[in-house]
Amino acid sequence: MIELRNISKRFGEVLANDRVSFAVAPGTIHALVGENGAGKSTAMRIAYGFYSADSGDIVVEGQVRRFTSPQDAIALGIGMVHQHFMLVEPMTVAENIVLGTEPGNSLKLDVAGAVSRIRALSDELGLAIDPMARIEDLSVGQQQRVELLKALYRQARILILDEPTAVLSPQAVRDLFGILRRMREQGKTIVIVTHKLSEVLEISDEVTVMRDGKVVGNRPTAETNAAELARLMVGRDVLLRVVKPEGHPEKPVLAIRGLSLGAKNSEKRLDGVSFEVRAGEIVGIAGIEGNGQTELIDALAGLVDSGAVTGVVELEGHDVEGLSARQRRARGIAHVPEDRHRRGLLLDFDLAENSILGADDRPAVATGPWHSWLKRDAIRRRVEKILKAFDVRPPDANLPARSLSGGNQQKLILGRELEESPKLLLVAQPTRGVDIGGIEFIHRRLVEMRDAGCAVLLVSSELEEVTALSDRLLVMRQGRIVGEVDPVRATPEEIGLLMTGGNAAA
Amino acid sequence: MKGLRQLIFPLAAVLAAFVAGSFLVLAVGDSPLATYELLIGSAFTWPDGIGYTLFYATPLIFTGLAVAVAFRCGLLNIGAEGQLYIASFATAWVGITFAGLPAILLVPLCCLAAVLAGGVWGGIPGVLKARFGAHEVITTIMMNFIAIALASYFTQYHYKAPGDAILETVPIGEGARIARLGKFVHGLPERIPLNLSFLLALVTCLLVYLFLWRTRWGYEIRATGASPAAAQYGGIATGRQIVLAMALSGALAGMVGINEVLGYRYRYYDSFSSGYGFTGIAVALLGRNHPVGVILASLLFGALLRGGLFVDIFTEHVSKDLVMVLQGIIILFVAAEAMFAGRFKGPFGRRIKGV
Amino acid sequence: MSNILLVALLFSAVRLTTPLLLAALGGLYSERSGVINIALEGLMLAGAFTAATITHYTGNPWVGLAAAILAGVLVALVHGVACIQFKADQVVSGTAINILFLGIPALLSGALFESTGATPQLPKAQLIPNVPIWLAFALVPLTWYVLYRTPFGLRLRAVGENPEAADTAGVNVSKVRYLGVMLSGALAAIGGAYLSIGQSSLFARNMTAGRGFIALAALIFGKWRPVQTMLACLLFGFAEALSIQMQGVSQIPVQFIQLIPYVLTIVVLAGFIGHSRAPRALGIPYQKKR
Repeated sequence: MIELRNISKRFGEVLANDRVSFAVAPGTIHALVGENGAGKSTAMRIAYGFYSADSGDIVVEGQVRRFTSPQDAIALGIGMVHQHFMLVEPMTVAENIVLGTEPGNSLKLDVAGAVSRIRALSDELGLAIDPMARIEDLSVGQQQRVELLKALYRQARILILDEPTAVLSPQAVRDLFGILRRMREQGKTIVIVTHKLSEVLEISDEVTVMRDGKVVGNRPTAETNAAELARLMVGRDVLLRVVKPEGHPEKPVLAIRGLSLGAKNSEKRLDGVSFEVRAGEIVGIAGIEGNGQTELIDALAGLVDSGAVTGVVELEGHDVEGLSARQRRARGIAHVPEDRHRRGLLLDFDLAENSILGADDRPAVATGPWHSWLKRDAIRRRVEKILKAFDVRPPDANLPARSLSGGNQQKLILGRELEESPKLLLVAQPTRGVDIGGIEFIHRRLVEMRDAGCAVLLVSSELEEVTALSDRLLVMRQGRIVGEVDPVRATPEEIGLLMTGGNAAA
Repeated sequence: MKGLRQLIFPLAAVLAAFVAGSFLVLAVGDSPLATYELLIGSAFTWPDGIGYTLFYATPLIFTGLAVAVAFRCGLLNIGAEGQLYIASFATAWVGITFAGLPAILLVPLCCLAAVLAGGVWGGIPGVLKARFGAHEVITTIMMNFIAIALASYFTQYHYKAPGDAILETVPIGEGARIARLGKFVHGLPERIPLNLSFLLALVTCLLVYLFLWRTRWGYEIRATGASPAAAQYGGIATGRQIVLAMALSGALAGMVGINEVLGYRYRYYDSFSSGYGFTGIAVALLGRNHPVGVILASLLFGALLRGGLFVDIFTEHVSKDLVMVLQGIIILFVAAEAMFAGRFKGPFGRRIKGV
Repeated sequence: MSNILLVALLFSAVRLTTPLLLAALGGLYSERSGVINIALEGLMLAGAFTAATITHYTGNPWVGLAAAILAGVLVALVHGVACIQFKADQVVSGTAINILFLGIPALLSGALFESTGATPQLPKAQLIPNVPIWLAFALVPLTWYVLYRTPFGLRLRAVGENPEAADTAGVNVSKVRYLGVMLSGALAAIGGAYLSIGQSSLFARNMTAGRGFIALAALIFGKWRPVQTMLACLLFGFAEALSIQMQGVSQIPVQFIQLIPYVLTIVVLAGFIGHSRAPRALGIPYQKKR
């Protein structure tokens, strides 16, 4: 049905795809798996005509095709649901679906005709989507269904889904898989890109594994297992659990009581959150993204409008509510943010200047009245030390932060945040987009900080990561802490139920 | 080596602008080569050409620095024109009101007036931006109109010498005058208005450099410009930096008043500026928002302003407005420097909301 | 008596609103597509100068108007190429256009008419009738229709909000943005032409006096929507009409009265922008990895 033959693609220094070849049989669900950065998304974007390959062929129904843009792929019946939805939020479902293939003539958009067609398509698969609803009013799961409808409206016979479950709750994943199976019954061909092995085994008929831009394996799903796939993905036997000695928690460092964050559309983004983090322990927060974890970290770091916050936040017994981000940093709160490009780094500044972000008013960095004068030599020594201790490569303080890889950027941020010996470390999604070696390094450092007596609050949407690192694990849903579980004993299913709140309904 | 490469793009932009401008010169019926020869050549004779070129470069260094400092904070200050008008008037007002004071007091007082008035006039759009999100490009333009009208009103109704046909104030006190460089430089006649403010401008460049790259305030302004989200994460009060940058920018633009009032005309003269504030944008962009670049670019535009007068007189059709046109083209080319580089990198990476 | 004054005031307000409204609607097409158009001032100047000059030579204001539109489109195209093709900073590029059109009309009028930035006075018979007024107000519902009821409008809005989504749906982002920018050039130029060959009878140096920027403020105040933008333009037009009427009768110095529209612009921007949501991709060049 669709086949990639010797596809290669280079982005600057990086060879994202290296002679990638595999074929997808008609009427099947084919999984494409691999680690972050293995080149899966690139291969699929080439198959959809969004990128053009440097060399190699796309074969659709036996014929070699050249795509210069997604339109060419769409015309051949290929549809794609991107990881980040390609939807225009203030517009309606119908407007989004017809965009680019508008019905009617150029003087009149025939919305009514489109609406009934969309409704029919939606009913056929039981998607329950209102064509007149605005995208911004829909849940993430519903938005994904709009993406599916968008492809089906263009009469896609081959559907590519890029990491479709990353943002979904376990319940919504089940629903999605139901929809995909029904689509398979209708004769559609589906390619699902993912790095979650349990999903591969559950949904796919055949699986292709990629690593470092190359295809390293091709198996019928029935003839393989998680261990084999994991080995192929990583290239060695993987140790999925972090080696971590027993912790020795001491006195509470952070105490939160009844923390709530402002009413936006009368819905609180944080609602009565209470917990403690003690010195020498890692407290993890599990939850589906968008359930208040980001807001919690921001509120603790002093990055939300203090007028919108109610409740008590104490650091070592002292109220810090109402303090600015700078004042909180001065009292020993460090923060590894979830979005390192937007927040964690000044991408065009060099590593030395990045190493003082958040600390530029400290005596170690600045001197003179109001600490106005930057100490150039001290800053130079500081950055050299961080680069060495955190193995940032290349260790050149004059490079712009933009030029580092994701893992090295993250190590720089972590090193910088630990430089001031914080009492409380807020860490959000510490290993997102980080290579395997970097992940291990960062995990080890977090455990070391804990053992040195730092209180660590960890937010991660990777369930494996939070369960492996945390001494205590809290689950968040809709801005609330809905439960605490033992990270060693709790099963993913138990945690998943708490995350979705669906014990009876599921 | 790195410095050399920094020069290539600006030079390419200038060259491209001259080529584009030559089509206009041809269109109006003059010879581009002759025009450019006049434009450039007349700027480098001694003492008049060089003296006047440096004199015209002086206000451009101030406005170029003003725009550059705002740029570094991610702001486009197109209000330098209004800031320098209000500051020049304030300078003259102090010079007139306290005319009896000795020079040792009066000169610093007048300078302070220039800096403060410019700073306040620049700071207001800063506050409007930080507090309400009002885009600085529109508010500074509006503030230009207001400044020019206010200065003109007070000149006409309160500070004009009776019977004076020209719209200008009475002269400032003798003690407020600062020396012309002709007094110290052999061969430079004192009729050329190049004065001590030129040296002040050079010193100011050094101070701005030190401020931006060696102090934490400069670091925080630049961080705010590079990424407001990252700056806030680092504990920087970005709103305060915006106000500080705009006030500083206005103060720098205001220093034009020192050159104009204390060093040149010894009074406030209505509509004296030949677009120094706007040329400051071209100066800053061409100088890559760096004080050294600002000096070089100011010399170029200073020469063009000087040469423009000769073009006005000695060519058949071309007027000094050619200089304004060249400025516009240069800004365009610098902004679209990807044209030369073949890649995307704006003069300052930022996202703008609300325009 | 007061009724006559009021009618005169209202009519004057409508006349003064017209160039603002044309420019603001032009800005709407550009900014809805995601391209900031701070060059409206320069585009208006280009239109005003071209219209006056061509009308002077042909004696026909309609030819002058057509030439102004052509000039506006061409100048806007320069802004478009800089912003879309070369990913220039859109505010800087717009400022360059503005400065360029302080200079070009002055340079050309110096050469053509031996003047310092003005064109010769046109006879009354060669002035354009009130057509631009009707056009401007007719364009409001038309723009609404185009924006919300045609495929082009759908694409325009999509490209300004989320160009990547539009791109993956098969919309040519650059093409839509070019069209938006060129439309803004045409409309702003008509607005400028109305100033020079409608309201007055010649082009004078910098005769727009900030109207391009006021139009932009009206667009923001009007939340980038046609009807609200018209209301905002009417507010500014009324303020200007009022300031002109007051110059005859009030004790306040002329210089201060003339400042009313400028002060109002600042107040409106500072007071209301918080409630306005810009198109999400406004000001961000669309960069596609290839």
